[in-house]
Amino acid sequence: MKICYYPGCTLKTKARNLETAGIEALRALDVEMEELERWNCCGVVFSLADDDLLHLLAPIRDLIRVKDAGHDKVLTLCSMCYNTLARSNLVMRHNEEKRDTINTFMEEETDYFGEVEVMHLLNFLRDEIGWDRVKEQVKVPLKGLKMATNYGCTLTRPDEVGIDSAENPTVFEDFLAALGAEPVHFPASTDCCGTYQVLGNPEAADDAVARIITSATDHGAEAIVSSCPLCEYNVGKRQAALLEKKDGLKELPSFYLTQLMAVAFGADPETLGFELNHAGSLPLLKEKVLG
Amino acid sequence: MTLKITDVSHDEEFMRKLHEISGEDVSKCMQCGTCTGGCPMTDKMDGTPRQIMLLSHYGMKDKISADNTVWLCATCNTCYARCPRGIEIPKVMEAIRQLKLRENINKVEPNQIPAEILEDAPQIAIVSCLRKNTS
Repeated sequence: MKICYYPGCTLKTKARNLETAGIEALRALDVEMEELERWNCCGVVFSLADDDLLHLLAPIRDLIRVKDAGHDKVLTLCSMCYNTLARSNLVMRHNEEKRDTINTFMEEETDYFGEVEVMHLLNFLRDEIGWDRVKEQVKVPLKGLKMATNYGCTLTRPDEVGIDSAENPTVFEDFLAALGAEPVHFPASTDCCGTYQVLGNPEAADDAVARIITSATDHGAEAIVSSCPLCEYNVGKRQAALLEKKDGLKELPSFYLTQLMAVAFGADPETLGFELNHAGSLPLLKEKVLG
Repeated sequence: MTLKITDVSHDEEFMRKLHEISGEDVSKCMQCGTCTGGCPMTDKMDGTPRQIMLLSHYGMKDKISADNTVWLCATCNTCYARCPRGIEIPKVMEAIRQLKLRENINKVEPNQIPAEILEDAPQIAIVSCLRKNTS
């Protein structure tokens, strides 16, 4: 099967490991990701001001490209892109006044009514592929790997675009279980990592990340898995600096969900961009799974 | 927190604009504090999300502007997911930020972000930070 794929900016640079592994893993499931032509940045955050239609144009233009290419679905790997595209899509589907204004303003584009369905990899796997099919494909089960799921904010909130329950989601745990790993249930699983505050108020982000890592390790996690490049940056890439600042914080290797899926499907880990991850990630896999 | 409401502190224009930009009715808030209980940033905030809702209800623009609360809100939507009155609190926070940013005032100056973080951070961090903090 073919699926239209919206990468987003970060997956072409800092989060190449999220994309490369995702393409590899879906290919194993006979899913060909067809990259959307002429895509642009979605704007990262959904425009929350009611009188600000200008910032809706970028994500809606992407959705129009999907429609023009003849697709009724678009797949994202980045949680923030998912959230921004999905929320903007709902405006076009349900808000007649804003829809008319935007369609009129973008007169050079096809009129859009929210026809496309925006999917994230996790609900695509759950609803379109099925966990049984994922399980069938597993060649290297991630047996005994105790993994904490980092839902972050944008996969499950707000409710109107959440791919699962905001308070008690299970889709990420089901994903890990299908790959043979052992999901760790911990209270901070859906907590915010501080997101872009890392630039303006780095201490606020540091504290938020420290709470997530402490909660995960206290509940026995050996690693944490994310689908958002900003979560992965805060929790994974910046962790080494955080460990120096916070006494008693335990080190926690971090992964992208696509990397775990590609490894479980038998891909060569050397091709999955682990050099961009937390330094302990590949060694942990080698010790526990690939050994 | 003792609030003294006077003709001067009660800013009708601010209340009108807040409603226009946020689309939310802050008078629906019953001050239960669930938003504050779940907010991951309260320990860094001068006030709390519950207090912002109360001050907004009374149109106390100056008091709201004097503290950092709305700038620490990162729109994680935990408060909205839990609000028993269904108020989209992050939209109220956004409206208050917008009212300040639209005075042509930046909360984060791009050239003050440390170079090593700019070099290292993913684009989504930079774009979202500037979307939320610059005019």
